Amino acid sequence: MMLEKQLEKELKRFALEIRIGAIEEFKARGFGHIGGSLSIADVLAVLYGAVMKYDPENPQKEDRDKLVCSKGHAGPAVYAALGLKGFFPYEDIKTLNQPGTNFPSHCDRKKTPGIDMTTGSLGQGTSLAVGMALGDSLKKRNCRTYLLVGDGEIDEGQVWEAAMFTAAKKVKNLVWLIDNNKKQLDGYTKDVLDSGDLRAKFEAFGFEALRIDGNNVEQLYMALTKQADDKPLAIVLDTVKGKGVKEVEMAASNHSMTMTEETYDRWLAELRAELNAIS
Amino acid sequence: MKVVYNGENDRAFKEVLGETIQRLAIEDRDVIYLDADLMSCIGMAKWAEEHPDRAINCGIAEANMAGISAGLSAVGFKPIMHTFGPFASRRCYDQIFLSGAYAGNSVTIIGTDPGVCATFNGGTHMPFEDMALYRAIPGAYVFDMTDTAMLESVLRQCKDLPGIKYIRVGRKNNKKIYETGSQMEIGKGILVKEEGDDAVVFACGIMTAKALEAAEILKKEGIGIAVIDMFTVKPLDRQMTLKYAEKTGAVVTAENHNRIGGLYSAVCDVLAEKLPLPVECVAVEDEFGEVGPQDYLEKRFGLTAERIVEKVRLAVSRKNRRQTV
Repeated sequence: MMLEKQLEKELKRFALEIRIGAIEEFKARGFGHIGGSLSIADVLAVLYGAVMKYDPENPQKEDRDKLVCSKGHAGPAVYAALGLKGFFPYEDIKTLNQPGTNFPSHCDRKKTPGIDMTTGSLGQGTSLAVGMALGDSLKKRNCRTYLLVGDGEIDEGQVWEAAMFTAAKKVKNLVWLIDNNKKQLDGYTKDVLDSGDLRAKFEAFGFEALRIDGNNVEQLYMALTKQADDKPLAIVLDTVKGKGVKEVEMAASNHSMTMTEETYDRWLAELRAELNAIS
Repeated sequence: MKVVYNGENDRAFKEVLGETIQRLAIEDRDVIYLDADLMSCIGMAKWAEEHPDRAINCGIAEANMAGISAGLSAVGFKPIMHTFGPFASRRCYDQIFLSGAYAGNSVTIIGTDPGVCATFNGGTHMPFEDMALYRAIPGAYVFDMTDTAMLESVLRQCKDLPGIKYIRVGRKNNKKIYETGSQMEIGKGILVKEEGDDAVVFACGIMTAKALEAAEILKKEGIGIAVIDMFTVKPLDRQMTLKYAEKTGAVVTAENHNRIGGLYSAVCDVLAEKLPLPVECVAVEDEFGEVGPQDYLEKRFGLTAERIVEKVRLAVSRKNRRQTV
């Protein structure tokens, strides 16, 4: 499926708005998991902007498409996407991590409308997503579950139990998306625990495995609208941790950052200028 | 519910477990059964083959099974997952805790061969701590099965009960205590025998029948006790615990579990707060399991009617002398 120019523009704008939203959340609290939130802004834009079927008025609708952000610490980016799509008043996202908030660091389905699953303990979202997709398929619902996994997260053995199950039982209404941003908390994944060739690994597990530029909305759109083959789909997203804010991209340690209000304002100004440049 | 105990053996738990899961699945289309390569151990393999949409074999991957169960709950199913006790507790604890309980999903977990029931599988397969782990999960239910009538009644109720429900149950047979078809009320202790008010024994699982044996021995000595089946270890029946503790003034607990974190702990939690008095404990004294036939293991870990008798005598003497030990 081709991506129309107008839609491409909209998705690029949406991705920038998600980045702006996440940074507004971090600014309100003074710190947060910025690197891994920014790296997934583009895939969230394509999912919530063009691919997923959902109803913000009825976030529990049974046959909606579902997102499990297993890298739960990227919640702030998901909150921005959901707020922009009207699941709740956008301004609410700025209560991130305030006492009593409905917007905690890690995704919580019991607190936030539109969050389809609680995640945060890395690896666990994978099996949850398998169960949700399997259940939907057994109930003959015409919907998909999208599972967003971090490249550091795949150190967890549970991820590979879930991957093996997905392929062996042909859970084809589940799409694995691996945010390959090359970094985890302590440094580069290749130094902490090298995961090798991720596409080849998923292919060997029995997936149809693709590898694309995960910060490119056109490539994302093409991959995510691909008709399901006989095998479940795994898409390795080559991304940049901190994508969209040069200073964050360049920072050696960008998993969680504490910054001054002035810094956040400077980043917001840069992103807004970029947004305005897309007419 | 009627007590029909006469010392005879019950049917094997595994038969009733398999039959009940199948019946529930037929009656309720939302029931789905998951196992981690132990379907054959509870007589479910053939049925699973015939009902591939209702029975999911996850392979030897308990953490994944727990997560999948929680995910199935989130989209409207009522999952019942089974594996041996150690794998149903320690092996998937964080997944049950977070993906299950914390995330607001509902899963019934069956852990078979608790404690000494693991016999020839030995220490690696012998959970003396599973109830402690499950008790520590906010809002979770913890059940220790006494006989098959109880298993059927509890499992049927668990299917529709929101939250995390952990059922520990053997696969072989216990003594039959309750009439088939009995209805057990979750969260309520069962007064199985009341010979007098010298002491009360709160027991669960395989220890309930042993407490009844102990009651007979003690009766001959002129000590009359009450035996209460505390099959719901969490939430504990506080009212009944206090009532019989007050009535007798001497309490003994009996469980096929470590003394830390199980029934003894639960009873002491209530009594320490409301009614401090002598409480004696028949349980595993903070040890690992080992291999052997069940009668050997029961003696090895002190899970016998004779040990209950000793502890009742001790509790009664402490009550009479008001002494501290």
